[in-house]
Amino acid sequence: MDHLLEVKDLEVKFALRMGDLTAINGVSFTLDRHERLGLVGESGAGKSVTGFAIINLISKPGYISGGSVIFEGKDLTRLTDEEMRHIRGNLIGMIFQDPMMTLNPVLTIGTQMVETLQAHMNISRKDAEQIALKKLRMVQIPSPEKRLQQYPHEFSGGMRQRIVVAIALLADPALIIADEPTTALDVTIQAEIMELLLELCESEGTGLILITHDLAVVSQVTQKIAVMYAGKIVEAGQTEDIIDNPLHPYTQGLIKALPDGRNPGTRLNQIPGVMPSLIDIPPGCSFHPRCSIRGDICRHESPALREIPGYRNMAACHMLGLKKGQPEKDRTK
Amino acid sequence: MNDRLIDIKNLVKHFDISGGLLEQLAFSGGRIVRKRTVVRAVNGVSLFVHPGETLSVVGESGCGKSTLARALLGLYPPDGGEIYYRGDRIDGLTQQEMLPYRAKMQMIFQDPYASLNPRKTVQQTLEEPVVFHNPSISGSEAKDRVAEVMKQVGVDPTWADRYPHEFSGGQRQRISIARALMVDPEFVVADEPVSALDVSVQAQILNLLMDAQEQRGLTYMFITHDLSVVRHISSRVAVMYLGRVCELAPAKSLFESPRHPYTHALLSAIPDLYDRRHTYIKLKGEVPTPINLPPGCIFHGRCPHANERCLREIPALVHQGSEVYVACHAIEEKRL
Repeated sequence: MDHLLEVKDLEVKFALRMGDLTAINGVSFTLDRHERLGLVGESGAGKSVTGFAIINLISKPGYISGGSVIFEGKDLTRLTDEEMRHIRGNLIGMIFQDPMMTLNPVLTIGTQMVETLQAHMNISRKDAEQIALKKLRMVQIPSPEKRLQQYPHEFSGGMRQRIVVAIALLADPALIIADEPTTALDVTIQAEIMELLLELCESEGTGLILITHDLAVVSQVTQKIAVMYAGKIVEAGQTEDIIDNPLHPYTQGLIKALPDGRNPGTRLNQIPGVMPSLIDIPPGCSFHPRCSIRGDICRHESPALREIPGYRNMAACHMLGLKKGQPEKDRTK
Repeated sequence: MNDRLIDIKNLVKHFDISGGLLEQLAFSGGRIVRKRTVVRAVNGVSLFVHPGETLSVVGESGCGKSTLARALLGLYPPDGGEIYYRGDRIDGLTQQEMLPYRAKMQMIFQDPYASLNPRKTVQQTLEEPVVFHNPSISGSEAKDRVAEVMKQVGVDPTWADRYPHEFSGGQRQRISIARALMVDPEFVVADEPVSALDVSVQAQILNLLMDAQEQRGLTYMFITHDLSVVRHISSRVAVMYLGRVCELAPAKSLFESPRHPYTHALLSAIPDLYDRRHTYIKLKGEVPTPINLPPGCIFHGRCPHANERCLREIPALVHQGSEVYVACHAIEEKRL
């Protein structure tokens, strides 16, 4: 079956005076129609860069240095700016963290929604307004006719993010990329927005890539999770497998580091150290300096994302799937 | 009052945001009138903190939790109410009179990028409070203290001559904690100390705070919106909504059996890693602005159990037994 989106060996570099920095180093995943994927990681893991690279919005000095992004059969990395504009906001909708930055403060909501529609289709202002009203109703904005005439500052944070969701949905996209859509919001509002996003994706059959640092949020919304660390996917699988049976030592550490209310007052499991900066990514497995099960091979050879015998998750770790007593150097590559 | 390190009674803090005289003038009914705009951030909060405990103050943005913390430490002069420290009244003291209390009460801020002076080395930053509160201390003694505290918070003392920008976010937060610990405080207010940090680093800092509490017998007031963190570290929790405390209870009982309708809704909104697709209580409407507070119970507009009494009468924080205090008419009347 054809995938809705297939990202293959994606590589993004930033050209700096000191040389090229690799921000994304061979990221591959697929997303089918109606599927929701969570891209999870801490700051600097490269999850947002991956999101931007999919819609070809990496700005200089960054550039896509390798790999492909196949969306509905077309390689997005090879499209012209003109062709790409037809895809963004039309076939792929985007939601970002800060609604105040996404919305234009000097235009009414109505103008912004109508403009977006008119940019993508030949449509009269009146018809466009009708579609805008319909979408505002879908995201449950009360009295949408009145709200259409208002400016972003007249809305609360939660309402603004609803409007951003409505704008992303305007052209009925096949895929929505949401980058930390609720990080700036309070928990009660986060719950509302996430439920809304989930319901809309389900009813409209829209694919979703949810980029976030919050595993708990992802666990409520997506079917699949890919965990990123230092520009690579280190573990990928079905949501319940990743949460209930994480394999990669980083994923395990991340989940154990979350206070989950089960043992209040006890010391939390901490991963020593911090994520490396792009300037000095360690050789071999980039997680090895913080890893508790590292072996010799981890210091000089970078592990590939592979299936682990006996498990359903894919993981990038040399030390997984070894038989008891089997020396690590015997591992077939 | 031996069991109360801090006692806050009816604390009120309002901010006048009307601006200059010209901005206050408005046309109304054919006449020019002067109108003041006041943000009612904290409206009659009563709380106490036991020695050695961790009291968390939780609530959503704009509920007044940070204002409460700052007013408590004397960073904002309160507009009403009383604050006691070990039975001594400390609100309205002069700077000079406040000094001995300042050494006992320290604060850790959210953003370690903004709260450390970028032009001072770690040594200078950490030395300053010690020298300020003990002018007689010698240079080498101060240096030893800095090294000792740095070691305790897990920062290599040989890095004392470096500047904040040379450290990662987690390391900087360790230095902020070291600064608070330098003067041997009894009471530390931490305002969102881990909100700006990544999960793996957040665990390191929470562990450090818990260790410091155990070693030094510290008392914490933790201001945060992150309820999973609250559940992990607190002994008691105060839930705030629009400048008032709606529930104050031991952490275990608050999370297991929340009483106030707002606490219910707030707790149900936390996404649970192991409970996929759990349902949350949807509140109607939005948080009103603290400029136009609703009359009666501030929560009545969004509360499913509100009746006529809630519209006009402000509920008081009432003791319900076993250290649980709730401000709700419905609970008082046993309707809930």
